[in-house]
Amino acid sequence: MNPAGPEPLLQVTGLDVFYGDFQALFGVSVSVSAGRVTALVGANGAGKTTLLRTIAGAQGAASGSVRYAGADLTAAPPHQRISRGIVLVPEGRRLFPSLTVEENIQVGAAAAASADWPLDRIYGVFPMIAKRRGQRASTLSGGEQQAVAIARALAAAPSLLLLDEISLGLAPRIVAELYQTLAELRSAGATLVIVEQDLRRAMEASDDLVCLLEGRVALAAPVSAVTRDEVVAAYFGQRSPGAAT
Amino acid sequence: MTWVNAVIQGLLLGGQYALIACGLSLTFGVMRIVNLAHGDLAVCGAYLGLVLSSALGVPVWVTLPLLLPAAFGAGVILQTLLFGRALRHGMLAPVLVTFGLSVMIENLLQVAATSDPRGLNGGALALASFRLGSHITVSWLFMTAFLTACAVLSGLQLLLSRTSWGRKVRATADDLDTARLVGIRVRPLFATVAGIAVATAALAGVFIGTIGTFDPLEGANTLIFAFEAVVIGGLGSLWGTLAGGMALGVTQVVVGQVNEAYAVLAAHLLFLAVLAVRPGGLFAGQHAAREAREAPGVLG
Repeated sequence: MNPAGPEPLLQVTGLDVFYGDFQALFGVSVSVSAGRVTALVGANGAGKTTLLRTIAGAQGAASGSVRYAGADLTAAPPHQRISRGIVLVPEGRRLFPSLTVEENIQVGAAAAASADWPLDRIYGVFPMIAKRRGQRASTLSGGEQQAVAIARALAAAPSLLLLDEISLGLAPRIVAELYQTLAELRSAGATLVIVEQDLRRAMEASDDLVCLLEGRVALAAPVSAVTRDEVVAAYFGQRSPGAAT
Repeated sequence: MTWVNAVIQGLLLGGQYALIACGLSLTFGVMRIVNLAHGDLAVCGAYLGLVLSSALGVPVWVTLPLLLPAAFGAGVILQTLLFGRALRHGMLAPVLVTFGLSVMIENLLQVAATSDPRGLNGGALALASFRLGSHITVSWLFMTAFLTACAVLSGLQLLLSRTSWGRKVRATADDLDTARLVGIRVRPLFATVAGIAVATAALAGVFIGTIGTFDPLEGANTLIFAFEAVVIGGLGSLWGTLAGGMALGVTQVVVGQVNEAYAVLAAHLLFLAVLAVRPGGLFAGQHAAREAREAPGVLG
């Protein structure tokens, strides 16, 4: 995606990842440049969540490497990656149900890279959860919970934010609000990798696009350099995009 | 008046049960380990108190500043070398490991200290008492055990609810995988939790040894009451554990007032009844139900 530029912020090379005997990723290589938004798309089971979890250190790799900001983090545990700035918003939000909203966010700062994201700044980004700060996370609506999940990740002061299916199960209006927030983070210079089911939204929100197909990279290109048909073809594994053309 | 006395004595006894049980409750609530050696660790605490107080020639209370840190350290070591490793091999492995540890401790104690029952030197406190009204006499030792239990439980509750350490512990108890993912270093956290659990067990052991006598096999009996207090109160809930201990204590003493032979049996029957009617415990019903409802999916 960035062949001529300086070393990318994140460089994933040749990742093989297994769940027991099942291989989820086959030699996946991806690079992400600082300040850009990368959309990770692909069908269910293509390996998107596995790739994000491997980058975040929640999943080990059998082979391959993860380099970030000049350091080899392939074997680093999650807390070390977080303190270097790699933070994951996991699929399904995964809030701590018995903790309050504020406690969830505070826990997110456990291995924070810096104090760049104090609570008041986070509440400034998500005013809707500021009112709910003393409530248990489990009592919030889905959209509010997703906002808390992102807020918890921001508390770690990420330089690379990985967002896994943040729009899953949410009303379109809420999704639009969340993406508006991401656009603000993006214009503030954040580097994002987003997994998104909605292809159109994914392409609108990002600079680069990576499409996974059955654990392999089927397409990796700047969004401006590909058509929707080409992406759809890569998505479904069709050999030539748009046979009619 | 006899009944009032029985209830008071039962509540005090319940405090002792709660003191033994709170470590068990903490260990289960946070690490999902049912530590079958918990009672034996309490007995180890009593023996350590015996060794220290006879070596130094002081009442056992004076040795607590040495005894409690030693117990904390033992807990850290056990968690790091034994329980933590066992946890990586599923739910059953820790049960087997703690069972093995229990058998080992009981046999080692028999070899090292013989099976003779022992008692601890409680100093002047052991014999002191005060009167409530004209008919009820309360032992200061029982009262101290009860107040210590309340203090330990309140202290733990404060640590858990007010400190950043406690926040991390609760987050980890909620969802271990996600706790790792947000950067909580689970291993040192578990080590401190285990240290606290063993230190409270040792403290309980000191009270057991001062109030009554103990021998190397006392741990099994201790464990049963602690376990019942935890289950009656609701797994992983500290205040529930205190209430569970009191329910057991009151049942035991009040039934003992009628017929001493049925006292212990009645306490066990209470446990069975609670288990049959409210398997989640008296105080953790809502919590357990909510957890079950919100169990997160693994893969998507």
